[in-house]
Parts: sequence; structure tokens; C-alpha cells
Amino acid sequence: MNRYPLWKYLLIAFTIILGIIYTLPNLFGETPAVQVSTNRQSIVINDQTQARVAEALQTAKIPTDGMFIVDNSLKIRFKDTETQLKARDVVENALGEGYITALNLLADSPTWMAKINANPMFLGLDLRGGVHFTMQVDMEAAIQKTFERYSGDIRRELRRQKIRSGTIRRTQNSLTVPFREAADLEKALPKLRDFFPEATLTPQGNNLVLTLSQQLLDQVRSDALKQNITTLHNRVNELGVAEPVIQQSGSERIVVQLPGVQDTAKAKDIIGRTATLEVRMVSDDVSLIQAALVGNVPDGYDLLYTAGEMPQPTLVNKQVELTGDNINDAQPGFDEQGAPSVNINLDSTGGSIFADLTSQNVGKRMAMVLIDQGKAEVVTAPVIRSAITGGRVQISGSMSTAEANDTSLLLRAGSLAAPMEIIEERTIGPSLGKENIEKGFNSTLWGFAVVALFMVFYYRLMGVFSTIALSTNILFLLAILSALQATLTLPGIAALALTLGMAIDSNVLINERIREELNDGIPPQQAINIGYQNAWATIVDSNITSLIAGIALLIFGSGPVRGFAVVHCLGILTSMYSSVVVSRALVNLWYGRRRKLQQISIGTVWKPANKAAGQE
Amino acid sequence: MELFKMKRDIPFMSYGKITTFISLVTFIAAVFFLVAKGLNFSVEFTGGTVMEVQYEQSADINAMREKLDTLQLGDVQVQALGTNRHIMIRLPNKEGVAASQLSNSVMNLLRQDRSDVSLRQVEFIGPQVGDELVTGGMLALSMVIIGIIIYLSVRFEWRFAVSAIIANMHDVVIILGFFAFFQWEFSLTVLAGILAVLGYSVNESVVVFDRIRENFRKPTMRNKTVPQIIDNAITSTMSRTVITHGSTEAMVLSMLVFGGAALHGFSLALTIGIVFGIYSSVLVASPMLLMFGLSRENLAKPQKQKEEAVV
Repeated sequence: MNRYPLWKYLLIAFTIILGIIYTLPNLFGETPAVQVSTNRQSIVINDQTQARVAEALQTAKIPTDGMFIVDNSLKIRFKDTETQLKARDVVENALGEGYITALNLLADSPTWMAKINANPMFLGLDLRGGVHFTMQVDMEAAIQKTFERYSGDIRRELRRQKIRSGTIRRTQNSLTVPFREAADLEKALPKLRDFFPEATLTPQGNNLVLTLSQQLLDQVRSDALKQNITTLHNRVNELGVAEPVIQQSGSERIVVQLPGVQDTAKAKDIIGRTATLEVRMVSDDVSLIQAALVGNVPDGYDLLYTAGEMPQPTLVNKQVELTGDNINDAQPGFDEQGAPSVNINLDSTGGSIFADLTSQNVGKRMAMVLIDQGKAEVVTAPVIRSAITGGRVQISGSMSTAEANDTSLLLRAGSLAAPMEIIEERTIGPSLGKENIEKGFNSTLWGFAVVALFMVFYYRLMGVFSTIALSTNILFLLAILSALQATLTLPGIAALALTLGMAIDSNVLINERIREELNDGIPPQQAINIGYQNAWATIVDSNITSLIAGIALLIFGSGPVRGFAVVHCLGILTSMYSSVVVSRALVNLWYGRRRKLQQISIGTVWKPANKAAGQE
Repeated sequence: MELFKMKRDIPFMSYGKITTFISLVTFIAAVFFLVAKGLNFSVEFTGGTVMEVQYEQSADINAMREKLDTLQLGDVQVQALGTNRHIMIRLPNKEGVAASQLSNSVMNLLRQDRSDVSLRQVEFIGPQVGDELVTGGMLALSMVIIGIIIYLSVRFEWRFAVSAIIANMHDVVIILGFFAFFQWEFSLTVLAGILAVLGYSVNESVVVFDRIRENFRKPTMRNKTVPQIIDNAITSTMSRTVITHGSTEAMVLSMLVFGGAALHGFSLALTIGIVFGIYSSVLVASPMLLMFGLSRENLAKPQKQKEEAVV
């Protein structure tokens, strides 16, 4: 009765081998590496890139331990961190613009393992050090911006149609456009309906009300989040971080994790930037400027200062004609006078807005306003000499080459669709990370040793089987976590330890049941069988209740709670398999074939004979 | 070797009144401390900034305090973590101060005095995050409770489900009572530990319940009274209870001893939870069954023996 068919043994052996293969990559160390990737779709990392890098490294006499391309990024291994640092500079110089060169650590496991996706687990920031940010996106600002865009479009369209209107006002989810006469409204309505098919336009007296549907506003919100994520990606890339995590968390939050980053001030500086460019008209009305300078800034205007060492006051219209959203590309360069400049390429909408603006305002000044870290500065305020068509704009003025570089980088990296605020930040030093790993594993190890010793001492051979089953449980758990490419965190290690402590429960249940049966005078073979059978229902019940708790943690928990829950849930599943199937297989293999089994090594001293005298 | 050679069943149920009394007293004490002292919530819940810095030579905490007071942030706490080389600094959230830049300014300030200071970790949590964690935590707690009640009601009977949950809540409240009494820091990992205790302690009750159900169906137990049946169930699972808890406790204690500061709260919650888990599953859940009037008929309908298919 205690025999498994051959296929069952083979299946178990197969799972154990799989477990070993997928756990192994964690045991190999890591080598320093340089990772080359790109955030531009026009640039592809291919053999040609590899050849260029190889050549550059050869010229610089830097030896590599091999390079390969995965997922459109080139990874190059090096002997030590010193070579790695040297190599990064060489590679960066060799490739130039458009590439991101980052320091990285690569798993040292053999290539055939990587080929079957047997990779080591990711270590969480608490185990390797790094920075974690949670950013909250200001959705109201995104909505506000959308309405501003709509009112700008309405104004432009009405101007084109030569219809006069009053100041457009925003209420909750709508814009109100006042007209002087009903006739104007009637003339405007069909044109605007054609122009804004997605909005609802309703006349109210002499006013026209434009309402945006909830669905559209939700779309705006989700687009804002997406754009901010993209922008953050671009900015983080400037930091040269390997494997950064930038992902949505909830409906208005973004989580950014930068493993291994030490300089948090710089990281914060770069990702926290909210650089946007706005084109606004300048007022050169002397009386208005004078009023503004004594503190009475006229309605509809802002008094801004120019960037540079000698800030000049400039009175600019509040109305934004064009924003950085319409920028395709920005590059630093030099103007005809040889002064540093930023050359901007606008998209088609931006180009046509800009052409309209410049053709209508020849002789007037327009200001390029850069808003960075909540501060608005006039980069330059040139006089419009002629209409600029074609969407190519050059900004030059009082800026240095470095400023031109920075400005173009920020513009290129894209503006944020809505401002963000850091609402959570964690920094873990690398030494603390190492300590955490060490302590976590040590505690698991010692706990395991104590449990194993006790089991063997208390249950003898059956205890040995239980301990082996428990070891396979760790193996399966680590293998599954590695195969899923889960991120191991400190709470994950805690869950690992706790799960092991709890996993022995099933074996204790089984062993105790077997002992009980033996005490009742049941023959050994049958006792094993009944023991496993009776324990099974209890094991299922108790594990499922634990699993319910684990799943609830997984669904409703956040951060460390979730990290704990993932490992806990998986551990419960693997422990059921290992404590029931694997340990049974061992017992069957050992005892199953013996017909006349007299005794099981389970540490009992109560013989059936003694027992008969002992009870009832 | 055998630890337990129980010849007779221990009459646990006859101690019912005493154990219920003890539970009630500890429970009320725990609730009292929770109300009177409250929990010492970590920065994850309250919001604020916690920094841990490391000095190469021991630091002067008072000097640090004075220095940090110049930032005018309000209630700044500076305390040593074990040695005077590891210092923990807590800063409250302050309106109008860009909290995310705060750690930088603190570090700059500390560097002015001593160049051998290095940052080990920073945690900044904005005020809006904490509330969500509380809501999430409460939601998780109630989902665990509801889930377990449903599962136990289906597998056993409502009396079992309710008793198990009451016994569990008893454990949870007592752990919280400990945290309130000693003013240990209540962090997210502690919450994880407590929720794990919930699953763990139910586990414990289930093993006893399972045996009770089995005993009711055993022909040899036909003429036993309900308390006798429960006593027998507890007695015969006693060795397993002690061994299992012993091994889990060994693991958890190992975490408490070797795990360092990061795992401290978690393992502390579990250490207490396991001790009370044994007690409550045996001496709270089972008398509760009697109180709810468990009888043989409740479990009389024979269920089919094969239940394997569940996994």
C-alpha cells in the first residue's frame, strides 16, 4: 500500500531537478558590467553597436569578460569595478548622443542557464541599497491645463472666423464663452462644433458652454500619468541607472526605484524637475511696465525676469500661446553670432500655432518662458521680424553652453503633463543592504538548523525524511521565486523563515498521526498509510486558512506587507507539496517495499504491548 | 523519545471558567493599554522623516540635537540605536517645507560638524500615505476575518468559525496590547506580522477542530459527552501543537536574535502571537464552542471521506 508507481517518483525527481536548476543561479556571484541602452526609437542596439564598443574598448586597452545583447541593450562584463568605471567613460565617449550608459551588476551564472530563463531573483532595494520614490501627480493641474488648451483653441478659432467674444471662464467641468450678440453665437456654434467633436456645446443666453465628458477627463488623467511616466523614464535615463523601476501605482501615483543610487540629492533634483517651456507675448507698454515695477501687476500679465546674471524685468501676457507639449526635439547649438542656443523642432500643431502667432505679431516681442522647479524665467524675448513657418525655432539669449545643454535636455526629456510631488522617499545605503541580507539569511539558517536537529532527534528516521522534505520546500520556493523573477525583499526573507517554521507543521501532524496509529496497535505499513491519510484533511484545512490570510495580505497590503505575502502564499503551496508528496515518496521508497515491516524509526518508546496495559 | 505520554485526557473544559477569566483579564488589560497609551505608530503611518546615520567614531547626541534645532522643524527626536555610532533622527512633516529635500539639508548640516557621518537610510512618508495604509490594513484584516469565517463555516460549522475568529482576535488584541504597553514601534512589518499571526493562529484552531469533528464521527467516542470529546481532541493533538509551535517559535526567535533591527518588530509580534496562539486555540476557541452549544448533531451529517480534491 505504501508504494508509488514509477512515474510518481520520476515526477518528483523531475520537480526536484527543476528546483535545483532554477535555484542555482542565485548562488553564483555577480560581475560588474556596463549596460548600454537607448531611449530613442530611432536608435537600435545591434551588432554594429557592439562592434563599435568593442573597438573603442580595444583602443583603450580595456579587457572585457564578454558582451552580449539582450532586450535591445548591450551588456559588457568586466573583471572588477575599476575597469568597469574606466570602461563606462570610454563607451560613453565612443557612442555619443542617444545612448544611455549605465553601471550594472550581471549575474555570474552560466549562459545556458540564462537561456532557459534560470536567472537569479532580483534583490529589493532594502537588500541592495538604492532610492525609492513615490510621486503623486497633481491631476487638478492636468485638468486645468486641458481647459487652458481648449480655451486657447477656442480663442484662436474665433479669431480666425473673425467672431468677437469676451473672456473665457472655467467652471467645474466646463468653459463658458460669452458673446456680445446672439448672432455671433449662432455663427460660432457650428464652426466650434466641427472643431471640437468630442465636447458638448450648449448655448445659454448669449453664452456658449463647452462641457467635457467625464470619460474624456478620465482620459486626460490617465494620459497625464502616462506622460509623466515617460518623462520620468527619460529623466532617470540621464542618471545612468541600470534597471530602474518606474511604474504606475494606483490611479495617480508613480513609483520610481533606482537601485544602487547613492547620490539621492542629484536623483531628486533630476526627477523632481518640472521644466516646461511656454511661449507668451510680451507687453512693451511703458505705463503698464512701470505700474508692474511698483507692484501693481496689471490683470492678465505676469512680471517675470530674464535668466542670467543681470535679470531684466519683462511683462508677459498670462495667456500661453504654445507649450512644451508641442516640442518634438530640442538640441543645443549656436546661433549666427556664435552664442549658445537651443534649437527646437515643433510638431505640426505647434508649427501651425507658431506660424499663426508670428505672422500676426510681426514687430512685437514674444517671450520663451522656462518653468523649472516652480520658477518661471524668461529665457529670451526676441522681436518677431517675420513669420516663422516650418516649425523650427531657435532660442538664444543670455545663456552659457552648459545652460543651453541643460535646457535642451529638459525640453527633450519632455515636460510633465502635470506637476508631481514626492510623497514617499526611502533611501537605503548599500552597506545596510548587505547587512540585511546577511542577517536575514543567518536567522533563517539558524532557525532551520534548530528545527532540523529537533526533528531528527525526536522522530529519528522519519524526522530525517521530514527534514529532507523541508529542504526541498526551500528549494521549490526559491526556484519558483527565481523563475517568476520575483523581487526578494527583507520581509520576503522573513516570510521564508516563517513559512519554513510553519511548514514543519504538516510533517509533525503526519508523524504524530503515525505514532498514534502505532500506539493503537496498528501494523506499521498501515499506520503510515492511515497517518498520511488522516493528516491530509487537517493539512488542507490549516493551510487553506493560512492561505486566505496570505491572499488578503497580497490584495490589500502594500510595500513590505505585499513582499511578505507573496513569499508566504507561495511557501504555503510548496510546503503542501513537499511535506505530503515528497516526504511520502521518501517513506515509500524506504519502507514501502518491505512486506514484513516490524518497526518504523519514528522515535516511539510506547510499544503496542505497553500501551494495552497503559490505557483502558 | 516522546514528550507526551498522556494516559488520560486532560480535562481542559472543566478549567473553562478559569481560562475564560484569564483571557478576559488579559484582553481587557490589552484594550485598556491600547486606549490609554495608544500605539506608537511608525513614520509609515504618521508621515514624517526618519533618518539613520552612521558615524565612524561615536557621536555627541546633544550636540546633534542642538544643531538640528536650528532647522526649526518642531519636534525633532535624536536617539542612539544601540551604540552612539548609529543615530536615528525623526523629523515631523511640516507644512510648506519640501519634506523630500529635508534629508539633504539635515545631512549637509551634520556634515558641517563631522565629516565622518554617512547616511544609512532615509524614510520620508508624506501625510497622505499613512491614512491609506491604515485603510488598507483594516481592509486586509477584515478580509482575512471574513475569508476565514466563510471557509470554516463551509468546512465545519458556523460555531467553529465564530469561535476561531474570536480566539484570533483575542490574540491580535493582546499583541497590540503589548505594543501599546511597551510603546514598541508599530510599523508596516509589524502589521504584516500580526496579520500572519491571524492566519497562523486559525491554523492552530483548525487542527483542534478537525480532531473534534473526527471524534464526533468515531464509533468509539459515541458515548462520550461533548466536553470529553473536546478534551480528547485537545489532548491528542497536544504534542503536535507544542512541537509545531516550538519549531515556528524557534524560527521566529532566530529572526528576533539574528535578524537585526529590520526584522525586530515583525519577529516580536510573531513571538508573542505564537505563545498566545497556542493558548487561545486550546483554551479560548474550544470553551467558546461549548458556549455556543456545540452538539453532536451539529456535525452529524456525514461528509464524504475523500476531500483531497481541494488543493
